[in-house]
Amino acid sequence: MSRPPRNAVQLPSGGRTVAPPGTEAIALPRGESVADKKISLFHLLLKDRFASVAALVLVFVGLTAVFGPTLMGDLSTRQDLGATNRPPFSFSDGWAFVLGSDSLGRSMLARLVVATQTTLSVALPAVAISLVIGSLWGLWAGYHRGWRETVSMRIADVIMSFPSLLLAVVILYVFSPSAANIVLILAVTRIPIYLRTARAESAELQSRTFVDAARTFGTKPNAIIRRHVIPVVLPTLLTLATIEFCYVMLAESSLSFLGIGIQPPDVSWGLMVAQGRQYLQTAWWLSFFPGLAIMVTTVAANVLAAWLRIATDPAQRWRLTLPRKRLLVRLPVEEVL
Amino acid sequence: MRTATVSVPRASMIDDDVVLTVTGLNVDLRTPKGVLRAVNDVSFEALSGRTLALLGESGCGKSMTAKAVAGLLDPVADVTGGTVVLGGTDLAALTPKGRLAYAGPELGIVFQDALTALNPVYTVGTQLGEAFRIHEGLSAKAAKVKAIELMRRVGIPEPESRVDSFPHQFSGGMRQRILIAMAVALNPRLLIADEPTTALDVTVQAQIMKLLRDLRTESHMAVVLITHDLALVAEEADTVAVMYAGNVVETGPVKEVFGTPHHPYTRGLLDSVPADVGRGEDLTSIAGSPPELHRIPDGCVYQSRCPLVQDICRAIRPTLEPDGAGRAVACHFSEELDNV
Amino acid sequence: MLTFLRRRIVSSALPLLVVVLGVFALARLTGNPASLYLPLNATAEMRANFTAKYGFDDPLLVQMAHYFGGVLRLDFGESLRTGESAAAMALRAFPATLQLAGTTMLLAVVLAVIVGSWAALKPNGIADRISSFVSMAAASVPDFWLAIMGIWVFAITLGWVPTSGVGGATSWILPIATLLLRPFGVLVQIVRGAMVTSLSEPYIKLARSKGASEFRVVTRHALRNAAAPALTVAGDLTVSLVNGAVVVESIFGWPGIGKLMIDSILQRDFAVLQAAVLLTAVSIFILNILIDLGYAGLDARVRPAGRRKKSSRAVSAVAAEPKERKIHVQTTP
Repeated sequence: MSRPPRNAVQLPSGGRTVAPPGTEAIALPRGESVADKKISLFHLLLKDRFASVAALVLVFVGLTAVFGPTLMGDLSTRQDLGATNRPPFSFSDGWAFVLGSDSLGRSMLARLVVATQTTLSVALPAVAISLVIGSLWGLWAGYHRGWRETVSMRIADVIMSFPSLLLAVVILYVFSPSAANIVLILAVTRIPIYLRTARAESAELQSRTFVDAARTFGTKPNAIIRRHVIPVVLPTLLTLATIEFCYVMLAESSLSFLGIGIQPPDVSWGLMVAQGRQYLQTAWWLSFFPGLAIMVTTVAANVLAAWLRIATDPAQRWRLTLPRKRLLVRLPVEEVL
Repeated sequence: MRTATVSVPRASMIDDDVVLTVTGLNVDLRTPKGVLRAVNDVSFEALSGRTLALLGESGCGKSMTAKAVAGLLDPVADVTGGTVVLGGTDLAALTPKGRLAYAGPELGIVFQDALTALNPVYTVGTQLGEAFRIHEGLSAKAAKVKAIELMRRVGIPEPESRVDSFPHQFSGGMRQRILIAMAVALNPRLLIADEPTTALDVTVQAQIMKLLRDLRTESHMAVVLITHDLALVAEEADTVAVMYAGNVVETGPVKEVFGTPHHPYTRGLLDSVPADVGRGEDLTSIAGSPPELHRIPDGCVYQSRCPLVQDICRAIRPTLEPDGAGRAVACHFSEELDNV
Repeated sequence: MLTFLRRRIVSSALPLLVVVLGVFALARLTGNPASLYLPLNATAEMRANFTAKYGFDDPLLVQMAHYFGGVLRLDFGESLRTGESAAAMALRAFPATLQLAGTTMLLAVVLAVIVGSWAALKPNGIADRISSFVSMAAASVPDFWLAIMGIWVFAITLGWVPTSGVGGATSWILPIATLLLRPFGVLVQIVRGAMVTSLSEPYIKLARSKGASEFRVVTRHALRNAAAPALTVAGDLTVSLVNGAVVVESIFGWPGIGKLMIDSILQRDFAVLQAAVLLTAVSIFILNILIDLGYAGLDARVRPAGRRKKSSRAVSAVAAEPKERKIHVQTTP
């Protein structure tokens, strides 16, 4: 009796085996993976209207920051004492004054544009610095554990247990409020956030089996961190950075408002709000528009961050691709017997 | 305080009464690939004092069927057809609020993983007593007394001292007993047990199944046992409904179905059980694997692995045909199977 | 419980020490206050007298020893501006901030729990989308701008509330509303996220299978489990509330400790600054301990010792790093 083919269904009738007819012909189409088809992050973004709008807003703000000041020329500094405190929404003085003018007759629109550049040129570097330093530090601490981890966490505790705004005010008062100092102090106070998150993720990952496997192959710690840990942690960190951008922007605005941030003749959104404070009753737009700019940018960044959190987590991504719940009509069923 | 208001008196005191009738149940699942049918035209009956097993591989839809009956489907799944009649009422037609009166007094469900199924922040006593507080309006103290009673009933030693412990302080077997206790607290007519022993050691399995058996005999409950374990079905169940890819392919008394299966899948399952295999010989298995939800073919769901497949199988899906003697099978060529 | 407390106090003592030292050092770095307090035409001799009188010309270490000695005796020196005891000034200002911050946080938590839970019942439903947008907007508002706009609309234009100061009930409305918005926005998202996670846990199905009503399921089962991560965030938010209080107190002239700190920085009033900072740091530290206790109270798995049979990962992870409860948190203060 010949040996039955390996995958034949064996029917209990004297050893006769039958290969399912046509199994050779039925082969699953090659190339189609069982997992979800890879949808690029970009397409996923387009599917969510809110997130797309938010991204668009941020791109617009970014472009304004880069190209706006050159376009505006010297409009932001040109004083026109005959046209002070003009109200917005009228073209009678030309398009430059569509958002009104301030107490020195300068165009609000132009000042807003230039302020965009200043604000972003403080916020973005601060976020970048704290992200890089905090994350690398946290990854290293979380991977090695032991005293490195404890010391790092204690340092983070110290920095975080104190209201950062107050710390910033004191330090800027001592060391004079230049843009570079602001960037530095904001970066330093936000490092603990990345430090903690990166450490927590790194510590949790390093106890996982795949890291042990890499270790038994003799992979050096830095390589392990680079190849195994960072790819997993990166999405969380980037999402965090987007949220941190909001905070840093708000912090800079608050500092400038208190008078300890960007100093005149430079202009930032926070500073503009402060400068418009005394004219609240007569010229509300002086404080209103800069604050609105802050708010819109922050909202956009928050929306994008919320979307990022889901989109970069493979376990959650499916939520963005579900078909909508339709109102299903129950079909009438025959009587129960 | 809420008591079940049903037209038929609760908990029949005799066996073999029809307790649950499921007819033509459909469950649709909303996935990134579109709306898919996870449970298709499923029908079966559960009798008081008897155990019906829903048998099938992982992903065949047996768990989803059970959840649909219990009204505990995930938000992405919807019941889109069929009836679930318990004691004269179609549960599927009720609103979630309407169902609440039945959950507990009429219908109990035992979940698979006891550790995650229990709320980690409340004591075992609180959770056991909750059913009484909801349905019988008992005070916390009275509910605790009942909880201790329950723990004793399911064989947990020293219940008075353990009633204030937390779930993570119990062993796996004990936790499963607690789950069972919760399900039978109000003496329901129907008990659904979703893979109750899969997460347990073999020795503990036997104890748990005995407990379920005893409880069933005590109160003449109908038990629906969800499992993939053939041996368990053979030992514990009276009737079986074999499921494959969301469809019921065969039903009937266990002895008869396992003795002479009518459906090629059932046959294949039984033949895959290792027995009388010499050392070094190959074990038998069914070639291929079950189709994914979005690739379920038209026609018979088993066509890609069936030795008897013909063109008609690819075109027309066979429906469950009762043979008049208590069995039913969904196959165009079940007679041929007997001859092979 | 006592060992837990002891461990926490010890581990938090160091940050406290560093904060106090740091402020001491920084305050000294703002320069000699002589130029602020003496008239412009003061002679060099007068300056020298002033400096010597207050010990500002002593070597730094001497000043530090002096300072620490004072701290241990709970003597923080006197305000350079008013001559009053610095400790007294700080303690007088503190309750005002406490009242403001306390009321704000309480309101924020209650509102956030209600809105967040309601949104979590139907994820991605209409209620969820609305609350999501509203909370995001709330978390994004610059508080100083909101304060100013609030004053303009409600105080100046409509005249419903006073523009500043502590007075009758109406004077509380604007400061609290301004301070409230950001914590509320952040908390709603946290609560919603935690509730969605909680509601998808198997024990929720179990509760439903016992016939628990939706209300019971949400409040007794889901909320209790969601409370723990929300509590952690609430703790971090309270620290940032001090930030917000600084701005709000300055704008509204609220005589709290935030305003006191800003004023003392600008006026180089070292003693008062040190006292105020120390008071703030200690209260934050006590608050964190309370939060850890609350966390352990809510979740039995986290409690140290006891008849624990199995040590779950959650327990060991938390026991090692009390503040490191791993949650994906929007940390925008």
